[in-house]
Amino acid sequence: MIEVGQQAPDFTLRDQDGKEVSLSGLRGRKVLLVFYPNDFSPVCTDQLSVYQEVKPELEAHGVEVLGISVDSQWAHGAFREALGIDIPLLADFHPKGEVARAYGAYAEDWGTSNRSLVLVDEEGIVRWVHESPSPLEIPGANLIFDALEELEAAAR
Amino acid sequence: MTARLTSAPVPPPAPGDHASGDGPLVIAYLDLACPYCAAAWLRLRARRVRLCFRHFPVASKHPRAPALHAAAEAVAGQGGEEAFFAFVDSIYGDQGHVDDPHLWERARGLSLDLGRFDADRRSDAVAARVRRDFESGIRAGVARTPAFFAGARPASEEDLEALERST
Repeated sequence: MIEVGQQAPDFTLRDQDGKEVSLSGLRGRKVLLVFYPNDFSPVCTDQLSVYQEVKPELEAHGVEVLGISVDSQWAHGAFREALGIDIPLLADFHPKGEVARAYGAYAEDWGTSNRSLVLVDEEGIVRWVHESPSPLEIPGANLIFDALEELEAAAR
Repeated sequence: MTARLTSAPVPPPAPGDHASGDGPLVIAYLDLACPYCAAAWLRLRARRVRLCFRHFPVASKHPRAPALHAAAEAVAGQGGEEAFFAFVDSIYGDQGHVDDPHLWERARGLSLDLGRFDADRRSDAVAARVRRDFESGIRAGVARTPAFFAGARPASEEDLEALERST
């Protein structure tokens, strides 16, 4: 897993609408990368739905949330619609899992990313990482807010 | 001003909470439009536990959830705890009938004043009460529904079974 203090590897991936999204294009904002195994697997469903519910609070901290999995943009589009979420979902589809690998969030055994969160600051530096002990374990949104408060306190 | 959602222990039941039954304390964060919650609720109601209901509507997943939670809270405000639990039983007992006319029918069945029920369920106070539970759930790490706590500890349904057997 990528470590705190490292430069977050830049990437350009297509979102659910086929639009290219680059991490470097989001400089000046905090970015939360939500790596998850697959669209439509029963547990991810709830993770992104719950993050959607606290999106206003995340935005108040200046955070942009991006979901990333190895699924295609088309699957992402259908998944977003099924969940009723507007969090952008990026397709780490070809070459498969390349971005997850760059972050050390790829699980070779499953052929998907694992369930990991990476918080990148305004300068593109990794400030917090969380890897779920098992793909079934969903990190609560509280952990993200803990990390944000700590980061903000350190900046003061 | 948005809420502070950093980690915090699950709050113990306090006045204004919805709790029913006797036995070991189970705090449940539930979404009234979630079918998994409905199934768990039917099992939970058969247990000898003190059950504390906390609102955890996930609106993106279940667009009808906010309306149902607000209605439940409006029922409690007018009819008290017994009516609240009867309403929740009825919603979980029939998730296919949750449009407004069905809610009015339930309110009538609980002898509530319909005008007041409709005003209350759309009130800011009711929305704030529901959101208070949701936020305490987020702070306690709830990331899916149903989510249970045995006292202050996160628990699975199997844990609850053991808890009940131990008393």
